Amino acid sequence: MEFTYHIEGGDFSRAGAASSEVKKILKQLNIDLAVIKRVVVALYEAEVNVVAHAHEGIMKITLAPDSIEAVIADKGPGIPDIALAMQEGYSTASPRVREMGFGAGMGLPNIKKNCDRLEIESTVNAGTTVKMTTFFTG
Amino acid sequence: MEEFYHALKVSSTACTGCTHCMTVCPTQAIRIHHRLATINGAACVDCGMCLKTCPRRAIFVEQDDFNRIFHFRYRVILLPTVVFGQFAEEVSEEQIFAELHAMGFTHVIETDQSVDILTDAMRAYMQKNRPLRPFISAFCPAVVRLIQVRFPSLIGHVIPLKQALDLSALYARQKLKEQGVPEEEIGVFYVTPCAAKIAAIKSPVGEEVSPVDGVINMDFIYNKIKMGLTRRDHQPPPPTSGQGYLSPTSIAWTLSEGEASSFDGRCLAIDEIHNVIDILEKLENEEITDIDFIELRACDHSCAGGALSTNNRFLVIERLRARMKASATRQYPHDQEIERHAAYLKAQSPLPGKIVPRSIEKLDENRSVAMEKMQKINRIMEIIPRIDCGACGAPSCRTLARDVVQGKAKLSQCAFIQKTLVQEGLMTPEEAIEIAENTWGKNRFSNNKQETSCK
Ligand SMILES: Nc1ncnc2c1ncn2[C@@H]1O[C@H](COP(=O)(O)OP(=O)(O)OP(=O)(O)O)[C@@H](O)[C@H]1O
Ligand code: SF4
Ligand SMILES: [Mg+2]
Repeated sequence: MEFTYHIEGGDFSRAGAASSEVKKILKQLNIDLAVIKRVVVALYEAEVNVVAHAHEGIMKITLAPDSIEAVIADKGPGIPDIALAMQEGYSTASPRVREMGFGAGMGLPNIKKNCDRLEIESTVNAGTTVKMTTFFTG
Repeated sequence: MEEFYHALKVSSTACTGCTHCMTVCPTQAIRIHHRLATINGAACVDCGMCLKTCPRRAIFVEQDDFNRIFHFRYRVILLPTVVFGQFAEEVSEEQIFAELHAMGFTHVIETDQSVDILTDAMRAYMQKNRPLRPFISAFCPAVVRLIQVRFPSLIGHVIPLKQALDLSALYARQKLKEQGVPEEEIGVFYVTPCAAKIAAIKSPVGEEVSPVDGVINMDFIYNKIKMGLTRRDHQPPPPTSGQGYLSPTSIAWTLSEGEASSFDGRCLAIDEIHNVIDILEKLENEEITDIDFIELRACDHSCAGGALSTNNRFLVIERLRARMKASATRQYPHDQEIERHAAYLKAQSPLPGKIVPRSIEKLDENRSVAMEKMQKINRIMEIIPRIDCGACGAPSCRTLARDVVQGKAKLSQCAFIQKTLVQEGLMTPEEAIEIAENTWGKNRFSNNKQETSCK
């Protein structure tokens, strides 16, 4: 089963809307509450990264009986050094973004912590694709 | 799983199936069948939105027979402060107390007397369990139930303590028992501003049995007091045992900010059920963090706006504020009787049981089956109009699709689908009428319109 959501860059007022929709779906599937929480936290961080750092993007969710795969692909500046971006506290967020309460450099590390498999591909001046997979237990 | 008790009932004679309640229900618990609103007990949280919106007063709050109080020799009535807010300033608290005695109560106790003790207990709980922040108040039973059915992942944040109502009931019993009154001779009755408190008493969450024996609707007691006052016109009320002291914070407890203003740290106060749902979504998504305490009330302006409040909620608040002002000028009397029982009440305050999840969201216990059902819902959503017209007897196209998948409704209930089926010769016009009559009642579509004529 697949679901796709659009994410608008720069629109902080809507940041989190897509993750929230996915949460509503997972709640209907009787998935363990702790797993839902991990998935939603990871999705939320990826969604906010598109809003804060890129121009626009999509979130594509593929649900299988035992797992959820999410691909968050954006058009944007890309990440020149992914290993560096993955470090806790590393952020290039603008002062404007920091004013909104983001930019602690904790998003990507948080995603890593809250999913079972993470792949990030990025091309500078083109865009970034974050692919995360989480397995349902029980 | 044991069903919730619900005090909200639909009168089958007054209800015309007009869909007002169905549209406002925050948990989509209402469907129209045979021109009657029917409430799904597993989903209803007793918030009272349906009652408030019903244009025909067809939804009412069931209450115990008043004369049941006379089964007991000692009859205690527990009054939340909002009761006084029902009356104009000319009616004094003494008069209200006197009327309650006159109608047969031996003891009149204000529910909010135990608020100071409860506040201490809540503070102690929060200090001890800091990792469970943000703390959610268990004050409003409709909110607790909403969390159980729609936000079970947040249950751990709810402060698992009894409320002022329970503590004051325990206090009343303890006080009388100390005077040598046998337990079975004590009847404790609570005046409720809403259906939610009744449900909480009849099927308590996290508690075995409630210390309250019966419930009296606030609009009922209002009428009874009014009646007494009218009869006694101009004569002074008979003297009664004095009213206890209430601190300003206790008086304000049932109002918005009542709890939130009592604690340190970042505290939020949210009222009205849609606002509550909004904030719970945000909490669940962890979009809001770093909050210490959240007060959540189902009613607009909290209990002043309870479904059984007869007075305008802003006037209720005005009267309580006046009382708070008066109370603030008084010295805190340290000889309060309830203080002697503070240790006992604090020990009694933890909920003995757990607040259990009762999710209504899941489509099936089995994940694969749930997934298949969701796929079916998505397919249905592609062919139905998505205009949420309610003609099928369900509050939205999506809820109809859900009901269909759960075997609780037929897709042919959709007015648009019916038209298509008739046009394609897959359904006779008579069959279409029959389906519609199942929802909207017999003779709704015949020329003989007596039954439904507009007056
Ligand atoms: N989708 C993206 N497009 C471009 N750059 C990105 C994207 N996602 C992350 N980055 C870069 O990686 C850095 C680290 O990202 P991370 O999410 O960990 O922190 P942050 O977004 O800066 O702050 P926080 O997530 O704590 O609010 C960002 O500052 C940004 O430079
Ligand atoms: S806010 Fe008060 S009156 Fe309204 S449902 Fe909750 S407890 Fe009852
Ligand atoms: Mg980020």
